[in-house]
Amino acid sequence: MAAGQSPLSQFEIKRWVPIEIGDVDVSLTNSAAFMVLTVVAIGVFLILGMRRPAIVPGRWQSMVELSYVFIANLVKDTVGTEGRPYFPFIFTVFMFVLVGNLIGMVPYGFTFTSHIIVTFTMAMVVFLGVTVIALIKHKIHFFTFFMPPGVPLIMAPLLVPIEIISYLSRPMSLSVRLFANMLAGHTLLKVFAGFVVALGLFGVFPLAFVVVLTGLEIVIAFLQAFVFTILTCLYLNDALHLH
Amino acid sequence: MPQLDVNTFLPQVVWLVITFTALFLLMWRVAVPRIADLLEARQRRIEDNLDKAQESKKEAEETLAAYEQAMNEARAGANTHIAEATARMSGEAAEREAELALDLSARITAAEDEIAKAVNDAMDNIRVATIEVTAAVLERLTGEAPAEKSVAKAVAKALDSAPKPEGR
Repeated sequence: MAAGQSPLSQFEIKRWVPIEIGDVDVSLTNSAAFMVLTVVAIGVFLILGMRRPAIVPGRWQSMVELSYVFIANLVKDTVGTEGRPYFPFIFTVFMFVLVGNLIGMVPYGFTFTSHIIVTFTMAMVVFLGVTVIALIKHKIHFFTFFMPPGVPLIMAPLLVPIEIISYLSRPMSLSVRLFANMLAGHTLLKVFAGFVVALGLFGVFPLAFVVVLTGLEIVIAFLQAFVFTILTCLYLNDALHLH
Repeated sequence: MPQLDVNTFLPQVVWLVITFTALFLLMWRVAVPRIADLLEARQRRIEDNLDKAQESKKEAEETLAAYEQAMNEARAGANTHIAEATARMSGEAAEREAELALDLSARITAAEDEIAKAVNDAMDNIRVATIEVTAAVLERLTGEAPAEKSVAKAVAKALDSAPKPEGR
């Protein structure tokens, strides 16, 4: 990266292949390319792991099984057995966010999860999805969700709006959490990486910091994928069981 | 801040929907069922093996029980045999003892009879000798032969009044 560039320039969207269908802009951007790369990487990972499925797994197969069992247990613990039909979706969310975050850690890579529109779209899909599931399952009873049981009726005018606001802010918190973590981490990395050259010989200190920060960022890549997934599970649990 | 550039939103969302849907279909239709099948097959195999192990254990226990029963039966049989043999032997011993005792007492009786007979014979001989000696002494003293009958009578009287030998 050339000197003088803003630390935020890494997040710029570049239209690699401009495509327009009608009036709709569907250009293949760097963001889109990395989404495709993420899907391909996950596909390769799964195909490599499950190419010759064995009763006693090898390394790749173990990793595939490990990720599967990890999310399967997460769904079972938070949602219960009713969560089984939604497992493929939750597993997809986890792998997509995780691999997207990790590929973003590769130098010169692009982190599509650092864009609010991407995380917000996923969060909205989750939010609308669980709301529709709850409405289909509980019909009109769904709205008792906004009135916790055991609360005196006199509190309702105060409590119900709070509950509704809290419910509606779910996609916000879900999307902003992931987006802000990615944005902050990558910006911080870029800022300190800029100091490495600027400080000359003393640049080893920011360099060491960048090394440590990179490790931390990889942990955060895992952690945020996990948090996004577990919150999805919790919302799904609320939708299926209300309180 | 590039994130707030509204013009970039649409292509990102479109590609997000395309890639995410593709990945979801891959997961839903291919990957998840395969992994689930594999894990299930493994679970089943483990359970199978556990069942087999359980069966083997049960068999071994049955064999052990049968062995112990056989051992107990054999022991009981042996004890019965020993008891029988002991009873038979002690019976035989008692019989033999009784026979021996009978035999011995018969022999003792016979020997006693013989002794008694010998004593009588000896007594008869003594009697005859005494009569002869007495007759000879009387003849020498009186000069004439005494009547044999009266001598025998006198001797018999003297011998009968004499103390008898100890024992019988």
